[in-house]
Amino acid sequence: MNTTCIMCPIGCALSVKEEGGAVVVSGNGCMRGQKYGISEFTCPMRVVTTLIKGAAGGVVSVKTKEPIPKSLVPAALKEAAAFRLQKSVHTGEVVIEDVAGSGVPFVATAEFEAK
Amino acid sequence: MTEFDVVIIGGGPAGMAAALGARKKGVSVAILERDTRLGGILNQCIHNGFGLHYFGEELTGPEYAARFSKQVKEDGGISVFLEAMVLSLSEDKIVRAVSPTEGYLEIKAKAIVLAMGCRERSSGAIALAGTRPAGIYTAGAAQRLSNISGCLVGKEVVILGSGDIGLIMARRMTAEGAKVKLVMEIMPFSSGLKRNIVQCLNDFDIPLRYSTTVTRVEGKNRLTGVYIAPVDEKLRPDLSKEEFIPCDTLLLSVGLIPENDLLTGTSVAISPITKGAVVDEHRQTSLAGVFSAGNVLHVHDLVDNVSEEALIAGEAAALYALGELKGDRSFAVEPSGGVRYALPQRITAAEGKVKIYFRVDKVYKGRTVAVTSLGEVVKRKKTAVMAPGEMQNVEIDASLLKGDVKIFLEEQ
Ligand SMILES: Cc1cc2nc3c(=O)[nH]c(=O)nc-3n(C[C@H](O)[C@H](O)[C@H](O)COP(=O)(O)OP(=O)(O)OC[C@H]3O[C@@H](n4cnc5c(N)ncnc54)[C@H](O)[C@@H]3O)c2cc1C
Ligand code: SF4
Repeated sequence: MNTTCIMCPIGCALSVKEEGGAVVVSGNGCMRGQKYGISEFTCPMRVVTTLIKGAAGGVVSVKTKEPIPKSLVPAALKEAAAFRLQKSVHTGEVVIEDVAGSGVPFVATAEFEAK
Repeated sequence: MTEFDVVIIGGGPAGMAAALGARKKGVSVAILERDTRLGGILNQCIHNGFGLHYFGEELTGPEYAARFSKQVKEDGGISVFLEAMVLSLSEDKIVRAVSPTEGYLEIKAKAIVLAMGCRERSSGAIALAGTRPAGIYTAGAAQRLSNISGCLVGKEVVILGSGDIGLIMARRMTAEGAKVKLVMEIMPFSSGLKRNIVQCLNDFDIPLRYSTTVTRVEGKNRLTGVYIAPVDEKLRPDLSKEEFIPCDTLLLSVGLIPENDLLTGTSVAISPITKGAVVDEHRQTSLAGVFSAGNVLHVHDLVDNVSEEALIAGEAAALYALGELKGDRSFAVEPSGGVRYALPQRITAAEGKVKIYFRVDKVYKGRTVAVTSLGEVVKRKKTAVMAPGEMQNVEIDASLLKGDVKIFLEEQ
């Protein structure tokens, strides 16, 4: 796998592969790049931010409370797009529980007043 | 006429932090904001990554804004005028504004902080050739329509410019079900953060082409496509390699300009490079008692730096209103050798630490930044890498200064 290290502005081009049961990173300028390369290869994680529509109009911004596996991001975005919020919520309140089977909820990142 | 010690124009992150900075000195403060709420552009930046430096945790834009608006509310000493559009400001510090609730407002200030933010460069500003169909938006306008109004502006999207707003919008539009076909950057490098290139483009297999631009647009009523071509080192497109890409939407993420129209007719000096006011380390402009902070002063990439800068400006504005702001001398700060601009442009303090912010003109690896005063080195700082898209800073000790200051990258 080829990727770019995002841990500092240098942005080393990393190449990551499995060799004899171990994950090997090359192209990294320092140890932080190795750690990043391994996690991107084995289980990349992302915080997902998106919008959820109110049942009677309006939108509220949400985020996954914790990072979720990158492979679940498309499913998480689909779930959010299909959902219609029925009630008012405060910042930090759960909007959808257990996003895409990740065990992590979407929480509101702004105040939302249902119409 | 209503009077306040400090009047702040704009209620984004800069305006809010300036208000809190001024309140540390106990003066009366007013914020005039033309929108229906505080927070500025942060309200539409729903992605996370704000506040890592300032709060030590990653927040979304609205969350970052809410932290400050809560403090503004709880302070009790800050009068907030919403939907109050400032029309003009005079040399004797009278601010004129209109609002639906107050009508025409005239406010006398002892000190003013400018915190109006910036606006985006538009298709007119970059002289885009071709017809003028619907479907061409600045990335920020599309962001506002998407994130505040909940409207998707198109289905097949091409983005010109790899600034952060463009990258973020590539991911946003994909999340909403649109197909982002291509992001183009005229320069051979991106002005956006690495993290955004990886997480907004690579994660969604959106291609990014460097040294490429839009040559013309096509479409009568709605955009039907754009012609693109690679450019040479002088940024001239090679029309023999022109290529047509069908799309219904073109987003422009081609830079931001400080919104300083209010200063027309005042004696506030504007820098031709930053397009913001020329300031000293208190962020005081050439018109005494008028201060500037945030994107209206120079375009920031991190809101954390905006808050830090505005706290300085707000506190200094309060001291000015109290007649306590000192200015012992005035040494110019001159950028050269790879440093495109440095801010503040003047230093008045005779002691204490002063942080000089600067941007470089291209990507540099392993270079040393030097600050000299009358030819004598007062600070050297070695850096691993510097890119034009990331604002740098170096802190100096003002007591070491003997005259005008130079900041540059040392020859290798
Ligand atoms: C479209 C856009 C998107 C951005 N997205 C990102 C991003 O994704 N991530 C990031 O880190 N940074 C982003 N930025 C940069 C971001 O703007 C800054 O980090 C920060 O928000 C700047 O704060 P500010 O207070 O200086 O300006 P702003 O947030 O722009 O606030 C200025 C305020 O002044 C008000 N105002 C202006 N003129 C007047 C007037 N005449 N009278 C009354 N009120 C007035 C405006 O309504 C606004 O509320 C973006 C900038 C823009 C323009
Ligand atoms: S590997 Fe190290 S030097 Fe290279 S980008 Fe990552 S953190 Fe920076």
